[in-house]
Amino acid sequence: MAQSITFWLNNQKIETDEHAGRLVLDYLRKKRFLTGTKEGCKEGDCGACTILIGELRGEQVVYQPTTSCLVPLGEMHGRHVVSIEGLNLKEKLNPVQQAMVDRCGSQCGFCTPGFIVSMCWYVMSADEEPSLQGFQRAFSGNLCRCTGYTSINRASLDLVEDFGEGGRFEEIWGAGDRVGALCQAGLLPDYFSKMTERLAAIEPLDEERHDYTDVADYFVAGGTDLYVQVGEELPRSQIKVLNRHPEMKGVIRDDQAGHFQVGALTTFEEFGQHPDIQAIMPRMDHYLHLIASLQLRVRATLSGNILNASPIGDMSNLLLALDTTLVFHDGRRERQVAMKNFFTGYKTYDKEPDEIMTRLLIPIPHKDTRIHFEKVSKRTCLDIATVNSGAKLHIDDAGIIKEASLTVGGVAAVPLWLEKTQSFLEGRPMDADTVRQGLGVAHSEMSPISDVRGSAEYKRLLAHQLLSAQFTELYPERVSFDALMAG
Amino acid sequence: MKHYDAELHTRGESLYVDDVTPPGGMLHAAIYGSPVAHGELHGVDLEAARAAEGVIAVLTADDIPGENQIGPVLQDEPLLATDEVHYQGHPIAIVVAETDEQARYALGLIEADITEKEAIVDPRQAHEKGEIIGAPRTFAMGDVASAWAGCDIIVEGRSDVAGQEHLYLETQRARAVPTEGDRLRVYSSTQSPYAVQKAAARIVGVPNHKIEVDVIRLGGGFGGKEDQATAWACMAALASHLLGRAVQLVLHRLDDLRMTGKRHPYSADYKLGVKKDGTIVAYQVRHYQNAGAKTDLSLAVMERTLFHSTNAYFIPNVRAYAASCRTNLPPNTAFRGFGGPQGMFAIESALAHAAEKLGMSREELQKKNLIQEGQSFPYGQSAERARALATWREAEQAFELDRWRAEVEAFNESSATKKRGLAAMPVCFGISFTGTFLNQASALLHVYTDGSVSLSTGGVEMGQGLNSKLITIAARALGISEERVKIETTNTTRIANMSPSAASATTDLNGGATILAAQELLDRFREMIAREIGAQDPENISFCDERALYRGQATDWHWEKMVSHAYMSRIALSAHAFYATPNLWFDKEREEGRPFAYHVYGTALTEVELDALRGTYEITAVRLVHDLGRPINELVDLGQVEGGLAQGLGWMTLEELAYGDDGTLLSNALSTYKAPDGHFMPDDVEVIFLEDENPQGPYGSKAVGEPPLMYGIGVFFAIGDAMRAFDADCEFAFDAPLTPEKVLMQLHHRRFSPIWEAADDATSTPDLAVAGE
Repeated sequence: MAQSITFWLNNQKIETDEHAGRLVLDYLRKKRFLTGTKEGCKEGDCGACTILIGELRGEQVVYQPTTSCLVPLGEMHGRHVVSIEGLNLKEKLNPVQQAMVDRCGSQCGFCTPGFIVSMCWYVMSADEEPSLQGFQRAFSGNLCRCTGYTSINRASLDLVEDFGEGGRFEEIWGAGDRVGALCQAGLLPDYFSKMTERLAAIEPLDEERHDYTDVADYFVAGGTDLYVQVGEELPRSQIKVLNRHPEMKGVIRDDQAGHFQVGALTTFEEFGQHPDIQAIMPRMDHYLHLIASLQLRVRATLSGNILNASPIGDMSNLLLALDTTLVFHDGRRERQVAMKNFFTGYKTYDKEPDEIMTRLLIPIPHKDTRIHFEKVSKRTCLDIATVNSGAKLHIDDAGIIKEASLTVGGVAAVPLWLEKTQSFLEGRPMDADTVRQGLGVAHSEMSPISDVRGSAEYKRLLAHQLLSAQFTELYPERVSFDALMAG
Repeated sequence: MKHYDAELHTRGESLYVDDVTPPGGMLHAAIYGSPVAHGELHGVDLEAARAAEGVIAVLTADDIPGENQIGPVLQDEPLLATDEVHYQGHPIAIVVAETDEQARYALGLIEADITEKEAIVDPRQAHEKGEIIGAPRTFAMGDVASAWAGCDIIVEGRSDVAGQEHLYLETQRARAVPTEGDRLRVYSSTQSPYAVQKAAARIVGVPNHKIEVDVIRLGGGFGGKEDQATAWACMAALASHLLGRAVQLVLHRLDDLRMTGKRHPYSADYKLGVKKDGTIVAYQVRHYQNAGAKTDLSLAVMERTLFHSTNAYFIPNVRAYAASCRTNLPPNTAFRGFGGPQGMFAIESALAHAAEKLGMSREELQKKNLIQEGQSFPYGQSAERARALATWREAEQAFELDRWRAEVEAFNESSATKKRGLAAMPVCFGISFTGTFLNQASALLHVYTDGSVSLSTGGVEMGQGLNSKLITIAARALGISEERVKIETTNTTRIANMSPSAASATTDLNGGATILAAQELLDRFREMIAREIGAQDPENISFCDERALYRGQATDWHWEKMVSHAYMSRIALSAHAFYATPNLWFDKEREEGRPFAYHVYGTALTEVELDALRGTYEITAVRLVHDLGRPINELVDLGQVEGGLAQGLGWMTLEELAYGDDGTLLSNALSTYKAPDGHFMPDDVEVIFLEDENPQGPYGSKAVGEPPLMYGIGVFFAIGDAMRAFDADCEFAFDAPLTPEKVLMQLHHRRFSPIWEAADDATSTPDLAVAGE
């Protein structure tokens, strides 16, 4: 059993007794003088500090790009941390760097290392044919204030050509072990090919316990909200890193029980990319595109989103519409709470201090059920919703609404389960008249307030529009916006 | 042709202030700023902070050995507040500790005793109360008063445009290191090393020559570090001077957002008179500039608003008034465009208004009034080598404006809730510092005996590609390979009294000086070679491809031979030269003159797609023609055009600086202040350069930094166009940024609000100040 946090930082083995809550970013810059990783905002909104975290899964090290300003050092035990320096070749630029130089995708240079890391991740790991849109998704969490992104797009297109069909590196993209192939072609430092073996050799930490009886000032899951809120306190507090609980991750479809069992630490990205989840929500890719950035989605957990209890939590509103049940454990017993009864007020909820959320139970919807998520924020991507909404609707053959589950966020102190609206809708025909009247009921359930994301009047109007959109999107053959306006 | 820093950037090897290995025992500073926007400061309780772990000192105004003043124009800006605070974040105390974390922790232990006073955040309110900085100014041409009578249509209205956060990715920072005696070396992320030098010397109480300021590069500036890098450098210098140890100050993003000034918000009243055929006869405008709490550069910014109050149009009768209004926001400051964009937004609003009243397309009205050769701007300078119409016509043809417009209309016919909009935006921007004296620069060129060349200028590299352009200019002027040239850090001991890197003029000025320095050096080589080859006409010796030519014929004098021969012959291998832009003058009494060396022109066409159901929009294409002169580095210039455009688009749409009535910055983090990201920018951005020799720029080039920002203004009117396509009667206020909120409210609020107004009054709203996080 290991005593100290042990991990690989680029090509160097690190054993450290630093505080587990210290940020990886601070550790890299201040302790290791690896200054290529830049601090731009320290809240995951700019991507200048993007690094890769490699985790051993079976025989392969799987890398994820993330912002090192929100990651606790303590979680790095057994991982491979890659900073920009770790992607540099001795004698030449790697293909991503070269494309960015050729196309002048870098001006002041401060955001550049973050972009390079995100784009390298795409080249190393993306499970799709290379495309401009793919690169753009990979750097969706990287801000650049100089270039306007156009030159970065051009660099990306060069790489699409190089790695795509007929390109000079086409074979590398097609290789089973792409990281290995990149190493072999001399496009990635050779030490990457040794990482499986190196990570496998690291013993687990001896503090590891999986009985939910830990005591701590803070339990850290993905950290994407916690570090934004109390980031300066965490390195001075007793923290428990939850991400060492593998049993709290993953999605299982349990047809017998009639629900999906979803681990509380399942990240947004794991959840959204899961084929069984995509099967019930065919437009999930689009929803993910509207939520945070790739760097944050690979860290942010479903339980974290729910327990942050923001009235505009994106996943909270969606999961609430799916009629999710939450499962808690306090080390002695398990307890279940329906999500619609969970939130009790602004940032308050039905949870004991010593309880940990372990699982979510999501009912498997009827085959005719239609599910949709709407969100509007000032900026389309990587922005917090002004208003969002989840919907799960089911009509019978006669067009009568059998089941209506509707939520709206940003118009109340909690993610709002529109109970009255739902009972109004159920049993009525799915048409513009019903929706118009239903919207009237919905307004009686909302109580928006003005804040930096919008005035109360705007939020009400936007909620009106997004709820309208739920119907026009899910039943376009029965409800059109023209008809809703005409009323 | 490349961006010379890019290789280091992509490897993460470029050094910014705090990337340089710290000197032993370096301390870290953090700043305590006023928690209120306006108040009387009675005292600060520093005891707990001083006792906190790791804290070495907590400094206030009382500790300043020199003069507590850093105002660059008017002397109204103490470094640290004394008896009053004028904006939230107004610096009061400096905490210095062993670590950054300790310094920041101690900030929380400080308490200031302040009697809060009423805060003003609105410039019109400040104007009414007589809170005016300097004197209001008026530019006039023709006779507006009598011109109205000759107009067929007169429109009047109000236009408002908000500020903009610079959002340089690298926040403000500096490191001060004591050298010998009372000398200091200051590493600062500043666009204006000389401003830092002067101010730090004044604070510390030593002559300028005891402060050495060194700048490697900036992680973005955009004007935000022209004057506002100074305070932070002075604080590090002060602490370092008093404690005798190196001190570093790196602003946390939230502090940077809260404490530093931004682009000036403006409110304007316009009146525009036109004839039926669309000829503009008269324009009157009153600009209320929101200067924030201190003068900073506001008066110069205001002046440029007046210079650009008619944008690219010729208007025979103009009366433009502007007042700089003092409010309780952080001092607003330079930002790419420097007041020009605000002036242009007002005239474009007036034009849009008039076009609608005339029943004429906005484009037709714009095109009809573009300024032409020899016509006069309202400040007396006439348009020379005018390119407004040339860029417009090129855009019209290359991008098939008529067909494009028809496609937009066809799309709108076939789509119910998605609507497209299109708008043109011509730009005319004057190049030179409007403070004529600033149009000067020096260059210091060293040639080492191995033939390698070192160039120092007063210009600062901040991503704009200055170093790349200077390498090209120096190599071209010396007739040698670019590989031989290295650009040095910007340092006040090598270049004295430098002007800030600003006004788009950095390459023009420092490039001009570089050419002169190279010529001086080559003149010495000419004399030397003529002597050696026995020629009487050194003027017939020229230099090309690393070789001297005599009467056009190659000689065996290659570069390295010249250099070593000069050294052995005791001929100086260093040259210093000075450049001042010729023929500039401005008479502030008459508000007339020739303030600009030349103008940069261009025309952008912007298309958007509106989602009228949700009030959101996407920018689908921006295609533009830009007047570039003969580019020194086309790749770098393209980056400037595209990057400026992105900032302009952001300013007009999603970048919303929200302040509370008490002067609190509500959009106080990157989670609430949204700048363009990769998705926001259209994939379809097309730039055509219209090349032409510019006799005023180095090697015929033109400045490129600021003008492209103003192409972004077009998106405001493109969204308006789409909104009107959805509902010809919808509201449309000239109030930027045009956020999704404003779009949706103007499209639908009147239509749908009766629904909830009729519904049960949703009272019982809990008081949740921070709900929504």
